[in-house]
Amino acid sequence: MAKENAILKEDSFIFKRILFSFNVLLLVLLGAIFITLFVFSIPAIKKFGLSFLVNTTWDPVIGEFGALPFIVGTVLTSFIALFLSIPFSFSVSIFLTEYFPSGRLSNLLTSALELLAGIPSIIYGMWGLFILAPVIRELQIKLGLPPYGVGIFTASIVLTLMIIPYSSSISREVISLVPNDLKEAAYSLGATKYEVIKKVIFPYSSSGIFAGLLLSLGRALGETMAVTMVIGNSYFLPKNIFSPAHTIASIIANEFTEATDPVYTSALIELGMILFVITFIFSLIGRIIVKKFTVGEE
Amino acid sequence: MNFPKSKLERKIFINIIKEKIFFLIIFIFSITVIFLVLIILFYIFKKGIANINIDLFIHNPKPTGEPGGGVLNAIVGSLILVFFASLFAIPIGVMAGIYLADAKKSKFIDTIRLFVDVLQSVPSIVIGIVVYGWLVVPMRSFSAISGSVALAIMMLPVIIKNTEETLKLIPYSIKEAAYALGVPYYKIIFKVVLPCGISGIVTGIIVALARIIGETAPLLFTAFGNHFFSTSLLKPIEAIPHIIFKYATSPYEDWQNIAWGASLLLVIFVLSLNFLSKVVLKKWKVKF
Repeated sequence: MAKENAILKEDSFIFKRILFSFNVLLLVLLGAIFITLFVFSIPAIKKFGLSFLVNTTWDPVIGEFGALPFIVGTVLTSFIALFLSIPFSFSVSIFLTEYFPSGRLSNLLTSALELLAGIPSIIYGMWGLFILAPVIRELQIKLGLPPYGVGIFTASIVLTLMIIPYSSSISREVISLVPNDLKEAAYSLGATKYEVIKKVIFPYSSSGIFAGLLLSLGRALGETMAVTMVIGNSYFLPKNIFSPAHTIASIIANEFTEATDPVYTSALIELGMILFVITFIFSLIGRIIVKKFTVGEE
Repeated sequence: MNFPKSKLERKIFINIIKEKIFFLIIFIFSITVIFLVLIILFYIFKKGIANINIDLFIHNPKPTGEPGGGVLNAIVGSLILVFFASLFAIPIGVMAGIYLADAKKSKFIDTIRLFVDVLQSVPSIVIGIVVYGWLVVPMRSFSAISGSVALAIMMLPVIIKNTEETLKLIPYSIKEAAYALGVPYYKIIFKVVLPCGISGIVTGIIVALARIIGETAPLLFTAFGNHFFSTSLLKPIEAIPHIIFKYATSPYEDWQNIAWGASLLLVIFVLSLNFLSKVVLKKWKVKF
């Protein structure tokens, strides 16, 4: 930019300002999302205060709203899903970085992951409701449980499928950043691949993998349609992992347009705000860790 | 294999066995993922092909029990929603991406980058509620336009990130050459930077489209769905994923079958968009 003259500088300045304003718009957007949620949930916050979070009764007829069953439902489905997805996403990322970085198998797995990530959530819901739920029902009959078919466990399995591509892509990225000389040093000492993975790659990339888990958890918490279709819609605290329940997202999806009372609507929006704040915090922490990790490499 | 005698040999032997078992575990889990994908796709295609027919494309929904119902209104509705969402999101997204790619390193820019990522992980249902508060409440009616706005918010982060990452790869010497000729900044952007990065930007847009065409949650309280054919922006409108949700959760078998047909339609649409994005990336790539 050695030969810029004054006029050039002037109009470059204006254009840059315009571009800049679009970025400010983004910040405003994110702030506006939170403010909107907050303003609309004021009636519920005023009426219930903090008891909203611990009350277990959700009864629109008598106007009592407690979020605990849905918070429990959300946490249970997401954590089970996260737990189930860990062996898959870890295996996939090791498979694609250490064992088969290229070649036909790697291409096959990569496209499988892309497909998994590309399928819309409503389609997972269809699959969960009509294909998976009958299978789970059989299982429940065998275990002597009430055969609902739908419920927390079914929702968790569907969620697991949905977050595998996500968490494995992050851990894959992180693992591929482990410096080659560290690995080669270990190999030259006679370490096997298993030892290199356990003693070099895993300790080195653990913070990044953890961030990947946080981000996947954030995704699982907010997932709506697939869960709504297979969660079973129950207002009560789930008794076991097979019971029907509701997650925060599913109760909003099911009841928002039916809510006629302002406090009812407001309680649902407050649930939305809780969901927003939790996912916001998780994704913020996750992103910051990933960023630190990748910047540290350069 | 001879059984190892000395202590060292035995240790090596055990290590090799461990390595093989570990590989086997990794291999089995990874192959399972491939099979899971195949199972999901198999059922969607099996159920979908049995229920896909010409009626689906040329008829509007009919009451249950009446044969020949279709999802024409949903197909048209989805196209309208997506078109207007792109109209809002593409200019803003590309502009913001250009700025981020070109900006000097600063705390503020890092924050924006971080927030673009965070925006991507805002649950779609929350975006639905917020747009309900912004547009549906003041307008006193569910409307297609509010659905488009909700979808546009979901498109933004994808477009911004793709634009930024593509433009960052353009060598500075190309821009410098244009500067040296005295070209004003906005012309450099439109005549040099954008043409060089067009493959990445278009790819980003297509990926964003593939993401939002299957979104249901933000539409529940904005576009709301409509049993009839409508192209009005100010009235509720039907969308393919929404009609799938409505029909799949209904107790009528004929509606559920239509939902399977529509699901296959949606999956094919999304997957071909994803495929198209790859073709564009490969074919239009400018080499430096």
